[in-house]
Amino acid sequence: MLVLAIDTSTPAVTAGLVALDGDALESRGDRVTVDPRAHGELITPHALEAVKAAGVTLRDLDAIVCGVGPGPFTGLRAGMATAASLAHALGIPAYPVCSLDAIAADVAPGEAPFLVLTDARRREVYWAAYAADGARTDGPNVERPGDLKTTIKVAAGDGALLYADALGVQPIEPRFPSPIGLVKAARKDFGEEPAPLTPLYLRRPDAVEPAARKKVTTS
Amino acid sequence: MPRIIMGIESSCDETGVGLVRLHDDDTVELLADEVASSVDQHARFGGVVPEVASRAHLEAMVPTVERAFDKAGLKLSDVDAIAVTAGPGLAGALLVGVAAAKAYAAALGIPLYGVNHLAGHIAVDTLQHGPLPERCLALLVSGGHTQLLLVDDIASEITELGSTVDDAAGEAYDKVARVLGLPYPGGPPIDKAAKNGDGAAIAFPRGMTGPRDAKFDFSFSGLKTAVARWVESAERRGEDIPVDDVAASFQEAVADVLTMKAIRAAKEHGVDTLVISGGVAANSRLSELAAERCAEAGITLRVPRPRLCTDNGAMIAALGAHVVAARRPQASLDFSANPALPVQIVSI
Ligand SMILES: [Zn+2]
Repeated sequence: MLVLAIDTSTPAVTAGLVALDGDALESRGDRVTVDPRAHGELITPHALEAVKAAGVTLRDLDAIVCGVGPGPFTGLRAGMATAASLAHALGIPAYPVCSLDAIAADVAPGEAPFLVLTDARRREVYWAAYAADGARTDGPNVERPGDLKTTIKVAAGDGALLYADALGVQPIEPRFPSPIGLVKAARKDFGEEPAPLTPLYLRRPDAVEPAARKKVTTS
Repeated sequence: MPRIIMGIESSCDETGVGLVRLHDDDTVELLADEVASSVDQHARFGGVVPEVASRAHLEAMVPTVERAFDKAGLKLSDVDAIAVTAGPGLAGALLVGVAAAKAYAAALGIPLYGVNHLAGHIAVDTLQHGPLPERCLALLVSGGHTQLLLVDDIASEITELGSTVDDAAGEAYDKVARVLGLPYPGGPPIDKAAKNGDGAAIAFPRGMTGPRDAKFDFSFSGLKTAVARWVESAERRGEDIPVDDVAASFQEAVADVLTMKAIRAAKEHGVDTLVISGGVAANSRLSELAAERCAEAGITLRVPRPRLCTDNGAMIAALGAHVVAARRPQASLDFSANPALPVQIVSI
């Protein structure tokens, strides 16, 4: 089974090809650019380069896995619109996966619970907590680092690096979701009808209903 | 040469997917025109909320593509080229359509064209009225645009003669509707109220029509304020607001300036065809006055039917077909949407 994994929930624009053979996962090539403003430009070219590097075409894909955030909205939507359209055009399923779970899936197996934190901008982080075995125990949430109540002391994701001091956590790898991590986090769903590709926004749109009409004349 | 062209539009609050067929004689036939609108979600905010629109585009994109193909009785593999709105418009909204269009083009292995939304509003008229003459004038009026454009070649050569220096005409409608307690968007309810009113009842100002004002530019901010002042002073005097008369007089001022400047531009540039498009083109007084004044001046007036005037995918597909027919270069898959794309750039 050949899977294209896409994620644009962090500053990394990520596309990669992963081959599944039973339980074995093998990376067949990634294209990653870290540039928070290039998601819309680069995600499709990256997907095409990744399949080309693997010596296959998009027509050879069996499925797509797409990180659905949480992440800054505009960049996140670039990857999700791409994944949904590719899947539609190719007639293959697109499996959504929480991008924090994809980062967690790449954390080296250990003996302690850990956090995954990514940059939510506006001095906030997207975060989730995981048990030592990698199962999510809290989140995903969006919060100011200072408001985060936890006793967990190690954290993956670029948010851990950004706010290590404020949080008092020790940053661990990885910083961003990888194609292998995305597929690992999504594989339990393979063979099932995929859930809808719905972004994990966690925040409402910024919009206020107008107050009573202001007078243009004074007095 | 590509024959079936899909157009994708997502510059504001409508997710549009259109399908057209380009014939050997370069005429363009409409096959499907599907639109999903998020207008209801913006109503309580009194204007388009960009993030709300972007979320709606992502949700609606694939289902709208599916509906368009169902309507046309075509398969995705029948498409030969894709055109997508590259700008101008809301950054986050444009990005959804551009990302989807790139993915469809890549997956189907067909060329992609990033095209100008404003030019699309003009190109759409060819679906109804056939090819444009050598040279024509276009007046675009909607919630987002108010522009006078000289069109020498719909696929490559468009010049802006003038535009609004403040509010778009449609924005003025929304704001005046609010003053009058009418719903959003303001165009249809004001038009409806105006039908029972007297357009000459109140002499509202005609913006940018002084001898020293730019000849082809527009301003609607002063008009909007004048309406608000008039209503407020009537309220202070404890009078009932003659909503129909205010609406009719406001609408008369808008239609008067728009058509007056369009006719002046047509005469000055020796053009004998005027295309009026955009959401406000459906306004009954504007089309009535334009028809009257064009007839007097010997100018042929072309106004696409209302459904084609508002934002849709058919206009982008139609423009895409003209760009294809003119053998313009296709876009590279790493292009970015440009929220401020100037109208001179018909395709990127
Ligand atoms: Zn428009």
